[in-house]
Amino acid sequence: MKYDILMFGVGGQGTVLSSDIVCEVALESGFDAKKSEIHGMAQRGGSVVSHVRIAEKVFSPVIALGEADILVSFEQMEFLRYIEYASDNSTLILNTNKIFPPGVLSGKEEYPDKIIRQKLKLFKYVKTLDALDIAKSAGNMKVAGMAVVGALARMLTFKKDVWENVIKGKVPSKTIESNIKAFNMGYNI
Amino acid sequence: MKKVLSGNEAIARGAYEAGVRVVSSYPGTPSSEITDFVKQYKEIYCEWAVNEKVAVEVAIGASLAGRRAMSCMKHVGLNVAADPLMTLSYTGVNGGLIILVADDPNMFSSQNEQDSRNYARFAKVPMLEPSDSNEAKEYVKKGFEISEKFCTPVIVRSVTRLSHSMSAVELNERVEVEPKGLENNIPKWVMVPANARQRHIFVENRLKELEHFNNSSDFITEEINDSEIGIITSGIPYHYVKEAMPEASILKLGMVWPLPVERIKEFAKKVKKLYVIEELDPFIETELRAKGVKLRKLNRPVNGELSVDAVKKLFRKKTVKAKNPILNLPNRPPNMCPGCSHRGMFYAINKLKLFAAGDIGCYTLGLLPPLSAINSTVCMGASVSMAHGIDRASGGEYAKKSVAVIGDSTFFHTGINGLLNSAYNKGFSTVIILDNRITGMTGHQPNPGTGITIRGEEGPKVNIEMLCRAFGIKNVTTVDPFDVDECVRVLKEETAREELSVIITNRPCIFADRTVITNPYYIKEDKCTGCTACTRLGCPAISWDAKKKKALIDETLCTGCSLCPKVCRFDAIFQRGDK
Repeated sequence: MKYDILMFGVGGQGTVLSSDIVCEVALESGFDAKKSEIHGMAQRGGSVVSHVRIAEKVFSPVIALGEADILVSFEQMEFLRYIEYASDNSTLILNTNKIFPPGVLSGKEEYPDKIIRQKLKLFKYVKTLDALDIAKSAGNMKVAGMAVVGALARMLTFKKDVWENVIKGKVPSKTIESNIKAFNMGYNI
Repeated sequence: MKKVLSGNEAIARGAYEAGVRVVSSYPGTPSSEITDFVKQYKEIYCEWAVNEKVAVEVAIGASLAGRRAMSCMKHVGLNVAADPLMTLSYTGVNGGLIILVADDPNMFSSQNEQDSRNYARFAKVPMLEPSDSNEAKEYVKKGFEISEKFCTPVIVRSVTRLSHSMSAVELNERVEVEPKGLENNIPKWVMVPANARQRHIFVENRLKELEHFNNSSDFITEEINDSEIGIITSGIPYHYVKEAMPEASILKLGMVWPLPVERIKEFAKKVKKLYVIEELDPFIETELRAKGVKLRKLNRPVNGELSVDAVKKLFRKKTVKAKNPILNLPNRPPNMCPGCSHRGMFYAINKLKLFAAGDIGCYTLGLLPPLSAINSTVCMGASVSMAHGIDRASGGEYAKKSVAVIGDSTFFHTGINGLLNSAYNKGFSTVIILDNRITGMTGHQPNPGTGITIRGEEGPKVNIEMLCRAFGIKNVTTVDPFDVDECVRVLKEETAREELSVIITNRPCIFADRTVITNPYYIKEDKCTGCTACTRLGCPAISWDAKKKKALIDETLCTGCSLCPKVCRFDAIFQRGDK
């Protein structure tokens, strides 16, 4: 078994914490796991990407082009930026929330709605969710990322209680309840 | 116990387990988190030094005092610390000493792509290169043993892909090391020429002993598979080789300087074709060729990162055909945050079309449109001295249309020296110190202007204005960077002056002081004429409604900084609530 999971979004959406969780769940479940990410300037609204690799033994911390099993897009258009990593059998988990890039905000560029519709067809399976809507029902707008993690968890073979335990250890204690709630709502989509 | 740790966290853990007593560092991506992780270990004294040279010298002092010490920095930081490093090689150590340097192949967050392995050869000191988090932790521990056994500083080299990747680490307990006491040994520690000549002989002999040690050390792993292809590699590239070339025989090196030449020659005999796979400079390759090892040539680029695919292509192996990238997507360049205290000053600089010698920090982002207000960036502190050079080269003329722009932490790092030089040599330049009281870009570390230490203890807060006056600078003005008109007025006045001027901004980074965040602003649609004065601030909270041809504020992002109402000529921007 191997999972190559590429998780990406916009700085501040919780992609880094989410990929930490996936990595730890895999390790807790007896697999080797590695993750690699580029941050540093991410906090300033830049694009953030984490490579998570899970197998019996993982070497490279980076996923090769065309070899990701699952792409997890925390923002609606971001998957377009990483389409090179998708294979013909890739699954896409797509949060439909939009965060407009500066060029769109200033009216110089358009949000690529049309390209999004076209390129969704490249995936064997697409699971969409509105993470902010879920977060709102969970009572905390900041736990949107955990709904995405829930949707991802459903695709993987790791046990649900392992996920919940890892999440409890990783999020601030005051937000455990809302995070677990969002996770479950994402899981059950 | 096993835990998933980043390379940086593992390095910090290694220092803890090795009984380290002192860690002194200057932040720099991708190395910054190491020292932030160290601060959780109460047994270790740790600090943010003002620059890397100071950090290494603190570590040398701690070593001289008989304790294990470490200093962490990014690759370009080692340039700043090169002066103490080169002579530290001669003195050697008392307590073990490690310099941790993190390179940034592909320059994700750096101004150059230098390969720090060259420093090991240059300084004649051993260098260890771990390939994952567990090795990172173990190599730090072994590094201290080598340092004490061979009386040498040890450089441990990380790269972005190690520092910022996570893998499983086996945790151990801390082992305290017996303090050795302050070493009083004049011929060893006082590097006057007569003593240094003797120490140079010691250094050359030490290098031979280290090479002998490396030849039989457990830093080398040999994996013999097919004898057709043999690959010598180390660090992160090892993993790319393992995945791309599973059939090849591999000699993985953990100590990349001095190279275990004998051991490599033995490996060479076991394979038909021998190659070196390494990232950046052909460091191992050049050395081995000089030592007469027969290597096959690969057409490997010396810039950027390697990858599994890149290694496959070097050996003409098939790679998966990836989908075509989508071009011309709206980009997400890093941007100054909503409420950033730098924005107003850059707006003013742009308005006056001044030439701005920039520096290293968040404010380098002032380069990007719509602010477009940075004209040069070289290295930490360079803005101040370059502005002086620009001024002196033109007999003062260019000083009237140029400024230096530097942040507080960078000013304390090496800008301070440049300013003292401009004052002493009677320059006319105008230096803007964007004092937001924090080291922003690397993750909001405190500095001497913050008034707290790395562990949050209160400390003295340097008064930049008084410091500048103590240098003999007469024109020192403090401005509110959210008051654009005032910024423009002061800039005009100070650039025109045939004297050195310093302008200091006085608003904190929104991450340094969360209490400055207040009620958001909004735009009254009927009052907005669509003049775009506010969208030209480049604030992520302000967007443009192309259909209505009006600006719009995202109130969830707005921090209430008050900059945009000051540039609005039509009084269309108001604040929510009373505050």
